[in-house]
Amino acid sequence: MMHNAQSLVDALRAPDTVLALDGAGWTDLISIARAESLIGSLAHRLADIEVPVQVEPILKDAIQATDLARQQAIWEADSARRALAPLNCKTVLMKGTAYVAANLDAGIGRSIGDLDIMVARDQLPAVEELLLDAGWEWVKPDPYDDQYYRDHMHELPPLIHRERDRMIDVHHTTLPLTAAPTPNASAMLNAAVKLDSDLYVMAPADMLLHSIAHLFADGDLAGGLRNLWDIDRLVRQFAEQEEDFWTKLGTRAKLHQLERHLKRALRMAARLYGTPVCEGRAGKAKFADFLYVRRLLARDGWGRENRKFTRQAFYIRSHWLRMPPLMLTRHLWTKWRKG
Amino acid sequence: MAQLHHLYLAVGPARFRVASTWRQPLDQLAALYKDYPASQDGYADFTVRLEPEKPWRRYIRPSVHISGDYWLPDAAPLPLNQSLLAAEMGMNLQMALGWRRHLLLHASSVEKDGKALLMTGLSGSGKSTLSAMLAEKGWRFMGDEFALLNPDTGMVHSFPRLISLKNEAIAAMQAIVPDNRFGPLMKDTPKGDIRHIVPPLDSVNKMASTAKPALLLFPRFGYDPALRDMGKSEIFVRLTQASTNYVALGETGFRALTKFVDTVAVKAMDYQSGAQAEELIDGLWSELS
Repeated sequence: MMHNAQSLVDALRAPDTVLALDGAGWTDLISIARAESLIGSLAHRLADIEVPVQVEPILKDAIQATDLARQQAIWEADSARRALAPLNCKTVLMKGTAYVAANLDAGIGRSIGDLDIMVARDQLPAVEELLLDAGWEWVKPDPYDDQYYRDHMHELPPLIHRERDRMIDVHHTTLPLTAAPTPNASAMLNAAVKLDSDLYVMAPADMLLHSIAHLFADGDLAGGLRNLWDIDRLVRQFAEQEEDFWTKLGTRAKLHQLERHLKRALRMAARLYGTPVCEGRAGKAKFADFLYVRRLLARDGWGRENRKFTRQAFYIRSHWLRMPPLMLTRHLWTKWRKG
Repeated sequence: MAQLHHLYLAVGPARFRVASTWRQPLDQLAALYKDYPASQDGYADFTVRLEPEKPWRRYIRPSVHISGDYWLPDAAPLPLNQSLLAAEMGMNLQMALGWRRHLLLHASSVEKDGKALLMTGLSGSGKSTLSAMLAEKGWRFMGDEFALLNPDTGMVHSFPRLISLKNEAIAAMQAIVPDNRFGPLMKDTPKGDIRHIVPPLDSVNKMASTAKPALLLFPRFGYDPALRDMGKSEIFVRLTQASTNYVALGETGFRALTKFVDTVAVKAMDYQSGAQAEELIDGLWSELS
């Protein structure tokens, strides 16, 4: 029985490592990959490896499932584009949908859940109205939560489409307003790149930094292996395509106040996925890196999250990152009273 | 973290690894599935996990939480004396959410002369009981929960898990099935009283052989015996609702289902007793060309 997710990381980094697995080892790997939402990416990575006949159909299923997810994500993005067309504002796709819409390596085999888009903050009321007209509805009718989103978050409360049952998150920036770094949202919007579909995706450096902010400056690193795999794919592709990528990346990281996060992300990606990174951007290893690795690999061969203490510590950290202490106390008090 | 016991099961084309904090459900599964082909090479399509809802619920009023490779966020836990049911539900959950090699129809199926009879309907329609009954009367049992439709060949694949009998059906089947094929009686489950029976040995031995779908019934228990035709569009829509992976299969699912609806005879069947149903089914079956 595997005690951490190292086998998944190994298989993604160096596909031929799977040749050493026996039947039970494969079953562990598959459970881990499914739990980390990386089964589609893994299946594509193993395309040239001769896998056991018992495993072949499992990987084929995963490829077909993510092919369909890709098609649905693009359809969903187009539905949003049609709903928002009267506004004539830039609609920037984010995360998984952006990767597949821009045909990036990070989109290959990726699982995609919600549609994430970003628009200018002053357009939010108009966007909200058009989406409600086009069949999206609020998910959380709770007034405290609703007000909390509007006052402190980087996105509208989530909306769900009443016929297609798909969620949309409408962002106006990339991190909660209460978080310490304040990325420059208008610079991100200005630099966004137009696709043939008239939708936009972020420029390469911004796209990578958003992925990094999402993993290292927000949330508790749950499902972080997939997010870090996105980071690996984006770095490899952008560094190869753009000669001055590392310079641009440094400039943008400074602009968005994400230099520290960028360094840690690059160190983690290099350490787990062997990502080729520019040393000047990654900085020197820190003691805490070890804790991040421990947290990212906290998954056993049954597919269960383990290392409860480490997970709990990162969970507390995630709240700490989002809010100053007094505000956190007020928030938790209100949440507790509401049960 | 608590160690898990585990067991491998192969049923039809699917292989499961069932992991549990407690030995009880695994021992029950091992006894009831003892005639199924051994699956000991460690490979599995799905992992099912049965664990306490909270750590202390392992011993104190033990409650079994069902999860695995695929899971639902709001699955209600079951008491330990219903852990066999939990294991079966866990396997169903994996199939319903994760299986893509066939179009899954929530239907029971039996075979005769290489042709399959499928029965679908809501809980209480009697589809499970009818398949169990026919299995004792010369038909080969193929499954009481999911019929697996191959999108390429149009054939139905057998998935002969334990047959799940509910409430009055338990006593009815006790009259015709020997005691040693029954699992434990589980009272007051969320679905009422439940007791599993092991399918006839012959259907286990032949679980790899497929059948051409010939007749689909929508049984309805408790009404005067009657047969009705149904429009193709109604059949299609009801089957999309009866399929757990129709949407997930995308175009493949659509092609498989339209072909099925175009080629298979369909009737709605009302009945008040097993004998009536058997008579109606025999009549329909003999009319098939």
